[in-house]
This record gives sequence, C-alpha cells and structure tokens, in this order.
Amino acid sequence: MAEASRAIRASAVRLVLNRVAYGAVTLLLVSAVIFLITSWLPGDAAQELLGQSATPEAVAALREKLGLDRSPLARYGAWLRGLATGDLGVSLAANTPVADLVATRLPKSLLLAAVTAVVSVPIALTIGIVSAMWRGRRLDRSLNVATLSMVAVPEFLIATIAVLVFAVKLRWLPALSNAVDIGSASQFFRTYAMPVLTLCFVIVAQMARMTRAAVIDQLNASYVEMAVLKGARPAHVALRHALPNAIGPIANAVALSLSYLLGGVVIVESIFNYPGIASLMVDAVTNRDIPVVQACAMIFCFAYLLLVLVADLVAILSNPRLRHR
Amino acid sequence: MIAERRHWATRAWALMKGLPLAGRIGFALVLFWALAALLGPSLAPHPVGAVVAMDVYGTFTAAHPLGTDYLGRDMLSRILHGARLTIGLALAAAVAASVTGTTIAILSATIGGWIDEGVGRLMDALISIPSKMLALVMVASFGASPTLLILTAAFSYTPGAFRIARSLAINVRTLDYVQAARARGEGTGYIAWVEIFPNMVNPMLADFGLRFVFVVLLLSGMSFLGLGVQPPDADLGSLVRENISGLFEGAPAVVMPALAIASLTVGVNLLIDALSGRSSQVEQ
Repeated sequence: MAEASRAIRASAVRLVLNRVAYGAVTLLLVSAVIFLITSWLPGDAAQELLGQSATPEAVAALREKLGLDRSPLARYGAWLRGLATGDLGVSLAANTPVADLVATRLPKSLLLAAVTAVVSVPIALTIGIVSAMWRGRRLDRSLNVATLSMVAVPEFLIATIAVLVFAVKLRWLPALSNAVDIGSASQFFRTYAMPVLTLCFVIVAQMARMTRAAVIDQLNASYVEMAVLKGARPAHVALRHALPNAIGPIANAVALSLSYLLGGVVIVESIFNYPGIASLMVDAVTNRDIPVVQACAMIFCFAYLLLVLVADLVAILSNPRLRHR
Repeated sequence: MIAERRHWATRAWALMKGLPLAGRIGFALVLFWALAALLGPSLAPHPVGAVVAMDVYGTFTAAHPLGTDYLGRDMLSRILHGARLTIGLALAAAVAASVTGTTIAILSATIGGWIDEGVGRLMDALISIPSKMLALVMVASFGASPTLLILTAAFSYTPGAFRIARSLAINVRTLDYVQAARARGEGTGYIAWVEIFPNMVNPMLADFGLRFVFVVLLLSGMSFLGLGVQPPDADLGSLVRENISGLFEGAPAVVMPALAIASLTVGVNLLIDALSGRSSQVEQ
C-alpha cells in the first residue's frame, strides 16, 4: 500500500517537472519568435531613427550602440541574458532603462488583474454551477445565450457604455482612471470601478461557461447517478457529491479564463488611461520603441504561459487518473 | 436526394425554421451583415468622406439616422463602408487561418511519425503567444498595412484551427474505410483529400465561424488603439476611435459603430451555437 502510494507520488512529481520543463522550452521558443519579428527590420533601424539627413558616422555610431553590427544570433543571446538578469535595455523614446519603466507600471497592472479576479471568480462560479445544476432548463438556456453573447462583445463597447452611463449621464465616476493617489477606499473604488467592470464582463462569461462544462462533466459520472438513484436531492447531489470532484477542473477553468485578461487589459488600460504595463506597450508600439515592446511582450507571454502551466498542474494534481498518464 | 436539389434559398429558410429563437436572431444578424457588406456602400446615402451636416456629433435625425461624426459626416454611410472593410479583412484572415490550419493538420495526421510530432510541438509554441501580443509586436516592427493585418491575424489563428482539425483528422484516420483505402495502396494525397477531409467539413465550418469572430474582435481592437486600419480608410474599430471625444457629449457616433461590431460577432456566435447544438441532437 505504502509502496503503491509512493510510486504514485513519484510519477506525479515526474509529470509536474515534465510540464514545468515543457513550459520553459515553450517560453524560449516564444522569445525566439518575438526577437525574430522585432529585429527583422525592413531597412536600417539606425538610419530610420536618425532620419535621412544623418551623417554616415552618426548612423554607424548608433548602429554600434544598438548592437546592430553584431550577428543576429549574438544579439539574441545578449538579449536573453539581459532578460534573465533584469537588464531590459534602454527605451528609445524615453531614453531611460526599460526596467525602470516596467517597475513603475507592472505593479499597477497586477493590482488591476487581482481586483478583477477577486470580483469575477465568485460571480462566474455561481453562474456556472447554477446553470450546470439546472442544465437544459429555461434558466440554463437563457444563461447560455447571455454568456455566449457576452464573450463576443468587444471590450471597448462595454467601456464606452460604462463611461456614458456612470460618468456622463449619472456623473458618479470619473471617466479616466489615472488618479495618482488612491489613499481612501472611495478613491480606490472611483478609480477601479469601471476598468474592473469592463474586464469582468468578458471574463465572467468565459469562466462561467467553462465552469458549467466542468461541473456537468462530473454530473454525468456514474457515482452521481448512484446518488440520484439512492434518492438524494438534486441540490445535495450537485453540491456535496459532484462539486468536490469538480474543484480541479474548475480551478483549471479559472486559470485559463484569467489568461483572457491579457487581451482585454490592453484595451481597458488605453481607454481609461490607466498607467499599467499594457498602456506602456501600446504607447511603445505607436512610437516604435522596440526595446520596450520586446520587454512588454515577453512579460505578457510569460504571464500567459504561467497561467496555462498553473491550469495544467491543477488538473494533474487534482485528478488521480491523470497522474498515471 | 430530392431535398438536396431544392433551391438554396428554400433550404436556408427550412434551416432557419428549425432553429431556436436565439439561433434565428443570430441567423438574421448574420444575413443582415452579409447583405450590408455586399450592398452597403452602394446603398449608403452619402459618400464616405463627404461632410454633409453643419453640426458635429449630431444625434439621431431623419436626415442622419445614426447621427453625424466629429467632422459632420453621415454615420450611417460611414458604418456601411466600415462594415465592408471589417468583414472583408476578417473573412480573408479567417479563411487563410482555417485553410492553412486544416491543410497542415490533415497532411500531418496522414503522414504521421516524427513529422506529425514536430509540427504539433511547433503549433503548441505558436499558440502560446496571445494574438493581441503578436499583433502589437508585428505592427511595432512592420507598421500597420491591410496586408500585414490579414497576415498577422491569419498567422495568429492558424495554430488553433490546426489543433481542432488535427484532433478531428486523428479520429477519422482510425476508421475502417481509411484503413481500407490504405490497404488498397492509395497515396497520402488521396487519403487526405478524398477519405479524411469530407468527414470533417461540418465541425471545421463551425470552427471557421468562431475564428471569424476572434479576428473581427482582434482587428477592431487594433483599429481602436490606432494600430490597425489607418486613415483615410476606416473600419468599424477606427470609427469608434476617431469619434471617442464625442463620448462626453453622448454622441451616437461613438456607440453605434461599437454596437455594429457587437451585433455582428454576437450574431455569428448565436448562429454557430444553434447549428452545432442541432447537429449534435441529430447525432444522438
């Protein structure tokens, strides 16, 4: 017995390490793709930066400063080393270290994401579990149509309607969320209410749909049929029998849905002028400030891979059968 | 067989009558936007760039049913033209993504072995770059042109189409009639095209619809950020962006193009959901 459980634990550890290694390899591939795209410039970056009137000496000097005189592989290697050590290069537009820009912006985005997660997860789980319990009935069908429509609505429609209602018509909230000091709770609410509302709209729908699927998967299992046959009430069956077994798949759904935040946050930070990492990236793309674009893209891809990895690991660790695969 | 020969309009009508209410709404919205993309610009009351009204950010009037924009141009005409651009770009990208993904998936599944394994790994890596990140990086490096936007969106959604198509192809590959074709000595191309492909058309069409929705949302988002379609051209996302300052006056010029995008994407989603729900009922 002890032998068998030790063997199971060993294989689980091996599987987890496998997934982490696989995630690391994927991150390396992603970094190669991003570097390839961003350094594959049409023409000469130094020439473009200085304009047509620049002297050849000035162009050559800038080429050397940007490292354009080295081979692409050497530049990629140097860039990777920089990423690993936190040296992200110098912003071409602001002429300050990219790491400093990121350090002031990243915590703001993480805070926005955290508040959104705290608000959206309970709502989404409630919707998902309720519609799974009443699946096929009128309530479930209406919720299905509602969430199906919500996932297809662009974030900027929600944001503009929110501004129109709460800032223009009702005058409850400011239209922009760029307040510097958020000392009091009411100030915090006024800054975060609309960005979080907008982000939640799409995330909640996504998460509720995946939660519903995860719970229904459990409700179809034979032990649930057994519980029904022995006469347990439907709510009891769903909450006491199915839900504990669905926690793994639900956590998986939550982590995967949160990865959709990464796309939404780009639009939301720009609309509300929120000083996070996504609006930094949009500005950098507009100015073609490549070092900042590279750093921000890697941060976003890293966050995405991390969420997918967490989703995978939760699925493995919560399902004994998966450990043997 | 006789049913197959009926006129396509009759068949479309019969199809629609079998749908639930949400599916019918989706069908109507998709039909509306298909007609708008085809005929819209010729039905538009005013030329797309013409300044026709004295007041900017005008509200709903008989002369300008959807109001006027920041220069006093007719919003209805702007939206009809913008819809064709949005739908055209998105269709091109979605078709490219679905066709490329499906072709690679069928060939890779038919050939099998280490090629199949390698292609799968590469696609897994590509799917790990969120589409908006890829689009931002591409635009930062190459600038925003319609061709680049289509290529970026197509590239970004090919791995997803590949994944779905491959899992379908793997299922079909194990069926008896494919084994029989292999035993007859048919070539890879024949097996892929004649035996496997016809049996995955329907689910791939549903997947194509979803990809179309993703691409519309991606490209409108980019245009909204000012990093997509560039002026003087305007798709629906650019229309929202160029009129954003009218938001504080409550101008219809901001919300109407955004509503147009939502009604298109929600319509496609509802239709696909109703159609795939129906086919799964038939299978049961």
